Amino acid sequence: MAKRTTSLPTAGVGVFRTKRDRRIGLALTLPSLALFLLFTYYPFFKNFQLALYRAAPFPTLPNKFVGPSQFFSIFSDAQFWDSVRSTVIFVGLVVPIGVFLGLLMAVAAHQRLKGIRVYRTIFSSTVVSSAAVAAVVFSTLLSPVSGYLPSIGIHAPDITSSATWAMPMVAIVSAWQFVGLAFIILTAGLQSLPDDLLEASRVDGASSWTRFWRIILPLLSPTVFFTLIVGVIYGLQSFGQIDIMIGTQNSTFTHTNVLIYAIYRFIHVSADPGMAASYSIALFFITLVVTLIQFRILEKRVHYGQ
Amino acid sequence: MSDLLLLRNNADFTKTLNFKMPASRYGDTDGSGLERCFMSKVEFRNVNKSFGDNQVLTNFELSVDDGEFLVLLGPSGCGKTTALRILAGLEDVSSGSVHIGDREVTSEEPKDRDIAMVFQSYALYPHMTVRKNVEFPLRNAGVSKDEIKSRVDQALQTVGLSDLGDRKPGQLSGGQRQRVALARAIVRRPKVFLMDEPLSNLDATLRQQTRADIAALQRTLGTTTLYVTHDQVEAMTMGTRIAVMYRGKLQQVGAPTDLYHRPANAFVASFLGNPGMNLIRGSVQGGAVRVAGSVVSTTNLADRSDVTIGVRAEDLRIGDAGFACEVVIVEDLGSEVHVVCQSAESDRIVIRQLSATTRPTVGQTVHLTIDGATHLFDAMTGERCEG
Repeated sequence: MAKRTTSLPTAGVGVFRTKRDRRIGLALTLPSLALFLLFTYYPFFKNFQLALYRAAPFPTLPNKFVGPSQFFSIFSDAQFWDSVRSTVIFVGLVVPIGVFLGLLMAVAAHQRLKGIRVYRTIFSSTVVSSAAVAAVVFSTLLSPVSGYLPSIGIHAPDITSSATWAMPMVAIVSAWQFVGLAFIILTAGLQSLPDDLLEASRVDGASSWTRFWRIILPLLSPTVFFTLIVGVIYGLQSFGQIDIMIGTQNSTFTHTNVLIYAIYRFIHVSADPGMAASYSIALFFITLVVTLIQFRILEKRVHYGQ
Repeated sequence: MSDLLLLRNNADFTKTLNFKMPASRYGDTDGSGLERCFMSKVEFRNVNKSFGDNQVLTNFELSVDDGEFLVLLGPSGCGKTTALRILAGLEDVSSGSVHIGDREVTSEEPKDRDIAMVFQSYALYPHMTVRKNVEFPLRNAGVSKDEIKSRVDQALQTVGLSDLGDRKPGQLSGGQRQRVALARAIVRRPKVFLMDEPLSNLDATLRQQTRADIAALQRTLGTTTLYVTHDQVEAMTMGTRIAVMYRGKLQQVGAPTDLYHRPANAFVASFLGNPGMNLIRGSVQGGAVRVAGSVVSTTNLADRSDVTIGVRAEDLRIGDAGFACEVVIVEDLGSEVHVVCQSAESDRIVIRQLSATTRPTVGQTVHLTIDGATHLFDAMTGERCEG
């Protein structure tokens, strides 16, 4: 029997078939790899190093090496747990509101109506307005002295002095901004749903309600899941709105001192990079754990179709 | 006789039937095991449809009788799927009306038309099991749980998928998915079945088997069926009648053999059959049909200097006499050989020969005579010339 001389492609070889291909591939990857190393991986590992040092009482003195004890000390710090609680409340408000409204608007804009593109542009516009602009606009709207709402007879609470309203109002502004992003992601997901499935459900007698709950939402669940993860990460990293609308000078500050803001304060107010780094590590692990939990729990409810 | 007609006449659908006809639990009226569905006549009355400036259907008039299996046949973009979608309620008409039974349904929602549709992609809900897919229309209709179970069991048994009810569509083969789509359609017992190229995603062997199954199932159920395809073999073997469409217009409606043997125009002649009818430029002089000066047939038509002569591939003979043309391709299909020629009178003339026949070589000049039916079409309009 003739011996087979040609070999079949094997798994794991990838697209690089020759050494030259591999060299070209590596060369093409190098610029982005260098940027990642410089601006992502180096700061990431440098942060761990910073957490090992306690800031000196005077800037001219060297920082003191204290090992991991500084990081572990934050768990017995009441301020840390206050920040964690504020962060949980903040994310707990921003993500559900943002995803729900984003989904509602995406479904509403997923119609073959005249001028629907205008609505789509309006709905997604919040994503291009900066946190600073959003914060200033809402602060102006809500201001009890010079605000627009009081001028038309609506008296919103003064969020800078109301412990009850500070967090919800900042969360609403952040959610407003996140809605645009959620809308874009979910609209893309909706547009990728096969038309014939939706048409089949119409022929099969499904009402709009049934079609949404039994067909659209299950098929859209991977996108909703992705939006939730993006939303949580967005919520955990929101900073600008809190800084501009509340800041550290107001009486309600402690209620809005989320982890990311506490980190900022350690660097710029307390000049304590060691504690800031320790909080950052904690935030990193919180983000990691929350995302993993989301994967474990929510992914079971996600349908990836074929 | 062509293979198409042999296939149609010789196919013993019941012997090759893949679908099981179970003992009915409710209303078996003809001993087949399945309850015959309510039948209904379908009518398109002067339907026009355009998408912007693109006129897709023009004065479309079609009537499908009670219990009939009518195939809408035509090339891609001819408007056949649009016509089906209009009947389903998935597209609006620009003008005209659509009727199912004695009711006008032009502006009714799909769910209110009492139809079931099998899509080209099957359109199975990927997140639901086979059973959930099949019971979905019944749940929407508010059918009781016991009734749903009984009807879904029967539908799955009919298409031979009783054991796969708990699987999801992604775990099934193409043929099995196609059967789930059929089960979802028959479980509703609709007045009309609409099928949009349901076999196009299957391989050739499975397609041949499944088309026999669908035809047999339709005969058993007796449900009025409108079946869209661009495959003329499917049309010839499955339909009670075929409606041929081209550029949004109905070209001819009739029994498969009528269309094959008496096409109304040059398009139907060239589209139906495999290969399609050869169309050759010629003339009529004193009752003789001529191609390049050679007499190939006779007719009682008045003299015409320009006429299109239609002749089937099996009716052309290569010999010493007749009109000349050059062989450009010789296709050996095993049981037969297709000799493709070119001449000044036609860009493509196909001659069907038995394999054993001495075959010409590419580049050789051969002479052709006609030994069979000759069809004459107006050279300008393409319409059949009656003589």
